[in-house]
Amino acid sequence: MQYNWNWGILLQDPYLGWLISGVGWTLAVASAAWIIAFSLGSIVGVARTLPNRWLRGAATAYVELFRNVPLLVQLFIWYFVVPELLPDDWGRWVKRDLPLPEYTTAVIGLGVYTASRVAEQVRSGIESISRGQSLAGYASGLTTAQLYRYVLLPVAYRLIVPPLTSEFLTIFKNSSLALTIGVLELTAQSRQITEYTFQGFEAFTAATVMYVVITLTVTAGMSLVERRARIPGFIAGGAGR
Amino acid sequence: MFRRTHWIRHGLLGAFATAALGLAPATAPAQDLYGTLAKIDEAGEIVIGHRETSIPFSWIGNDGQPQGYSVDLCLRIVDAVKETLDKPDLEVRFVPVTPQTRIPLMANGTIDIECGSTTNKLSRQEQVAYLPVTFITGTKLLVKTGSGVETLEDLSGKRIALAQGTTNERVIKAAIEAGGLDVDVLNVKDHAEGFLSLETDRVDAYSTDHILLLGLITRSRDPQNYQVVGDFMSYDPYAIMVRRDDSAFQLLGTRVLADLFRSGEIREIYAKWFEPFPTSDDVSEPPTDLLEAAWQLNALPE
Repeated sequence: MQYNWNWGILLQDPYLGWLISGVGWTLAVASAAWIIAFSLGSIVGVARTLPNRWLRGAATAYVELFRNVPLLVQLFIWYFVVPELLPDDWGRWVKRDLPLPEYTTAVIGLGVYTASRVAEQVRSGIESISRGQSLAGYASGLTTAQLYRYVLLPVAYRLIVPPLTSEFLTIFKNSSLALTIGVLELTAQSRQITEYTFQGFEAFTAATVMYVVITLTVTAGMSLVERRARIPGFIAGGAGR
Repeated sequence: MFRRTHWIRHGLLGAFATAALGLAPATAPAQDLYGTLAKIDEAGEIVIGHRETSIPFSWIGNDGQPQGYSVDLCLRIVDAVKETLDKPDLEVRFVPVTPQTRIPLMANGTIDIECGSTTNKLSRQEQVAYLPVTFITGTKLLVKTGSGVETLEDLSGKRIALAQGTTNERVIKAAIEAGGLDVDVLNVKDHAEGFLSLETDRVDAYSTDHILLLGLITRSRDPQNYQVVGDFMSYDPYAIMVRRDDSAFQLLGTRVLADLFRSGEIREIYAKWFEPFPTSDDVSEPPTDLLEAAWQLNALPE
């Protein structure tokens, strides 16, 4: 390959600043989206296991809709199509006056998509608990709310920490799709550096390293959570305990 | 440094080799080939990088095939490559590129020649090389008719979409900074997305080379709703892009273009795509005096 390498470019002004701001936006998009994904995903996941048929149906519809449409398509729909379906004034507000329109759209799009995946993790966590526990709970006079609060959820959430870690990592990586609707996050900034300097290989290597650092940090944090939340003697506690 | 001298040496050798080739093109022995020509010879195919929405230079037509002024010129170069390598059945493969990918894909050898709407810039020449200028344009603004926007200053407090990786992006951003203007910028991926942002009122203007803006208008649903305004804010000479430090291939391309310029055949090719636009009979763009002069200057004698 015929290419003039120049690693120094990464430390030059303004390119270093662009990379840092890119990392900032990546973290901002991913963490805000994760808050939506985790809270909405928990509600939908619990709803999928409730006795009420209508709630269960609605939650299943939500999961199937958002899980089965590619994320990129969803982002385009939120960004380009939804404002056109709204009444003119509202559409204009979304496109112009909404604070940080691209960022907000990316967070919502990424959040509701990941929520459908988190919901499935939560549901599988709840359903992995033997039916005897629910029956015992009801038999002791607990209401459904109490049963979830004191018996099912404390165990379910601990069980699903490992798969949730994967979802959390994925949201950081998926946040790079926000560039398609104009958010200047890490990948977009690397592209911009490429455009200004034509040192694309250096810029994308830097981005790769930063993604790996972010995800390794998340993994380390989550394994700490996993250790703290472990139930002694349960599967999540590991063998040999 | 070593790498650079290495290539310069090859370049010189190549110049001699091509001088020999020029005398006897059909009998070129394979061992004289290097760089792009050697790669094409070995692979049995030439890979053309093309754009998807650069009307009328290089875009995907209704039949799904890349076409346009730049593509036509490149196909002439392909003919010359076939002759030089004595491979009449050389395969031609098209690979779509974007403003962001065109230079890396050229540098890493994915494409052999880029036929789009690329401005020849000195900073880009640190990574790639260019054939002689084939078109001259510059940055203007596309706005909705009746928006009252005539210049960049009128966009104060409004938003403009810019395609990342274009020369126009830099020019406009620099002008905004220099004028201390309060213009918000939306980054878009390509011309189609920039136009969509304008169409859906997400932005008040989209900016790129004026000729591409005309092309975008011809493809819109209601062309009378859009207009190109302002003075030229930059000088953008378009050229076909080839790999750097590869004088043999560059010379081959330059020779093909010089032939077209000298014989005047370039006018026919130009007229086919610009007078009128293939996408609308209402829009016609005769060659400017500047472009005529560029053709004449590059019509080098054999």
